[in-house]
Amino acid sequence: MNKTVIEKITHIVGEKYVKSSTAQLLAYSYDATANFQRLPDLVISPGNAEEIAEVLKVCSEYKISIIPRGSGTNLAAGTVPYEGGIVILFNRMDQILNFDKENLTITVQPGIISENLCTFVESHGLFYPPDPSSMRISTIGGNVSENSGGLRGLKYGVTKDYVKGLQVVLPNGDILETGGKLAKDVAGYDLTSLFVGAEGTLGVVTAITLKLIPLPQYKMTSIAYFESLEDAARTVSSIIANKIIPVTLEFLDKKTIIAVEQYMRIGLSTDVEAMLLLEQDGEMYQVEQDVNEMVRIAKDNGALFTQIAKDAQEAEQIKIARRVALSALAKLKPTVILEDATVPRSELAKMVMSINDISEKYMVNIATFGHAGDGNLHPTCLTDLRDEDEMQRVEAAFEEIFEAALTLGGTITGEHGVGEMKAPYLEWKIGPVGITVMKNIKQAFDPNNIMNPGKVFAKETKKRVVVDGGN
Amino acid sequence: MQQQMQQSFETNVDENLLLDCMRCGFCLPSCPTYLHTEQDEAQSPRGRIALMKAVRDGIVPFDASVEKSFDLCLGCRACEPACPAGVQYGALIEQTREAVQEVKHSSFLEKTTRTIVFNNLFVKQKNMEHAVSLLHFYQKTGMQKAVRKIGFLNLFPKHLKTMEASLPPVAKKIQPLKQVKTAAMKVAFFTGCLMDTLYKETNDKTVSLLQMLGVDVIIPDNQNCCGALHGHSGELKRGKQNLILNVELFDSDDYTYIVNNAGGCGAFLKEYEKHLHSDERYREKAIRFSKKTIDISSLLVKAGLLDYLATLPQQANQTLVTYQDSCHLRNVNKVFNEPRMILQALPNVHFKELQNAHTCCGSAGIYNLLQPALAGDILDAKMATIKALQPTVIVTANPGCLLQIQAGIHKAKLEVSMRATHIVDFIYNSIAKYSKIS
Repeated sequence: MNKTVIEKITHIVGEKYVKSSTAQLLAYSYDATANFQRLPDLVISPGNAEEIAEVLKVCSEYKISIIPRGSGTNLAAGTVPYEGGIVILFNRMDQILNFDKENLTITVQPGIISENLCTFVESHGLFYPPDPSSMRISTIGGNVSENSGGLRGLKYGVTKDYVKGLQVVLPNGDILETGGKLAKDVAGYDLTSLFVGAEGTLGVVTAITLKLIPLPQYKMTSIAYFESLEDAARTVSSIIANKIIPVTLEFLDKKTIIAVEQYMRIGLSTDVEAMLLLEQDGEMYQVEQDVNEMVRIAKDNGALFTQIAKDAQEAEQIKIARRVALSALAKLKPTVILEDATVPRSELAKMVMSINDISEKYMVNIATFGHAGDGNLHPTCLTDLRDEDEMQRVEAAFEEIFEAALTLGGTITGEHGVGEMKAPYLEWKIGPVGITVMKNIKQAFDPNNIMNPGKVFAKETKKRVVVDGGN
Repeated sequence: MQQQMQQSFETNVDENLLLDCMRCGFCLPSCPTYLHTEQDEAQSPRGRIALMKAVRDGIVPFDASVEKSFDLCLGCRACEPACPAGVQYGALIEQTREAVQEVKHSSFLEKTTRTIVFNNLFVKQKNMEHAVSLLHFYQKTGMQKAVRKIGFLNLFPKHLKTMEASLPPVAKKIQPLKQVKTAAMKVAFFTGCLMDTLYKETNDKTVSLLQMLGVDVIIPDNQNCCGALHGHSGELKRGKQNLILNVELFDSDDYTYIVNNAGGCGAFLKEYEKHLHSDERYREKAIRFSKKTIDISSLLVKAGLLDYLATLPQQANQTLVTYQDSCHLRNVNKVFNEPRMILQALPNVHFKELQNAHTCCGSAGIYNLLQPALAGDILDAKMATIKALQPTVIVTANPGCLLQIQAGIHKAKLEVSMRATHIVDFIYNSIAKYSKIS
């Protein structure tokens, strides 16, 4: 990077907040996505939106890429530099700006850790439901830019359902304010929604106003084991058809259960095909009624074994299998690739069976767990980056999984985002018209293509694999 | 030198262990250096592992910034329990330091400290005894006061002075406790070099507490330094002889446990089996050794201390007590309940949990000597939580932690209202009046 640019940027944010050592550049060359790594030219920690605006003006002038980064827990290489550029960190912008109990909103800077925000509002009897698994580390800014989901998505929705307003620095240095604390607001295009999930390709989010709801008072947990996938899937459909919307409805397949049992030795039955974790929150009588009803439905649909936790401690115990699922799988092989193909919940069983068939066809090891209630599965491939032959088969298998999800009316990504990793597949989902519309939007905001380049849009779309009607 | 360094990383740092890291970032909030450097990823476990791999793969050169990242690691291993993939970070940082030490000539200051520490003090316990007997003399003759006044210590770096101020007084002879139980158990005591010299009294109390419960304690002669400080600093090759001598010395069917009272040593003893795994002659012995290793709190609980404490009358005057975890005891040996259970059961104790008791105090072996600035910041944060709680006693389970917390109390001028102590001393003193042989 040109010396003048470095001097100008340093002048704006202050020397103390510019990182450029070998170790620091390497430390911001990756996120949680396997096999993606490229060094940035500079890493900065600006203190406010005005500084970011000045930085973006310089970057526009010199055509320098900007990569906004929260805590780097992204699973689609959304925060890996594409061609050098400047990584922007928000560690100095982590404050609560306004907490409004009358309007039930909170306005925060993007760098606040998601869990810290949740703990804060819960201490006031309020609730911010989105709970991505990385919430202990992830930032709200990252959650907004990725439109993160989580375990409570079925009942409470995802990040976009809680974002009411944003402050965004545009690539030309203008500062845009969208939305606000309002419950109703139809003044023009819904620009707030446009920036949620834009993966930092349109502007830099610098303040976020979130909607809060009252904290549910009571919660109950139960589990059910099944000898067939179909029984588990029928249970899921039947629960929803009975007008129960549980807060969590999680699924573990046989391979995952075996991995958990090998790792924890907690006496899980490893000859079952599937496990469901069912939770409800709300008023006590309603919660009890719903949980009992869900367990009855599970039994009616052939559950081999069910259990309702007596108290919070027992709830933690029976939830352990779901909680350690990824860890247990991760210990089996050096490389773990976690995907998030999503289908309408009615297609859950078909999707899981497709994944199993594909895994066999390509001779790769894929275990599946995930959010059954919203059809959001996490096929998790256990492999080794050093095995080139296998890595090629893994890629082919995932392409076929994407295709299978799309055939069932699903999507290539439910909650991880497109990033660089899935960019070659985006057109499969949204079609050439979708790509053109999105590219025009990108062009309108970021004509110089400095905002997180190489993400969302690929140079080339992958050739679509043809699946012969599910073999 | 770059090529040499890369080769040294290839030889010393296990690629399989590096690949276990899936870069999820779950370790970040557990890492004291990450939190104390305004969340600098280069000072996080994930960042350090990425750096180890990058140097090994030749993606980046090994320069001062990379070296600093490795040097600033406390080795507290808080990242290990936080890791969902079971990455053996402790092994990786030790291998990395080994790789670096092999190639690089140590800086002058570090070299001097290292030479004194590793070549002299910790290799032979005799040397440690000499050093301590000088100290003994120095304290006994009242020279401590005089020397402090004259300012002899101004010749040393500031942090050494703070440490010196917190050195314990000379050991007194202790009163043995009368036997109250008959735990039919025979154990060997791994005395530890710091504990057996600076903290001789604590060791005597350890034996006395065990004997009180009817445990038969054997103390094998000619014990060697456990090798932990060597291991943590990339000097394991120099320290390996210690490991071998110890597994030989303690290889006996006579006793069920090998007990220690220093968290740092205990964790390393528990990992002898890993360190000697590739050595066929000692592998089996090391496995036996590590399996028998136990910390004093866990052993006291096993020997029935809690049952005995339940028979004692509660005292009216209760002392506000808290516990600071030893990182290694907690993160490696996974022991954190037993010390708390014992403290809560003592008749004179009102126990309150210290906020962030599980985070490192900044002592970390000789880290506070090598990285005084960051160690000081970490200690200040620790002292802030301690001040907020206002305990009368802060109980620790490792001599390094004890010295560090004492230094913190001294620095914050809180000696009037609080003190730090080793868990064994605290237990002994709390129950002595019930069980002393009169």
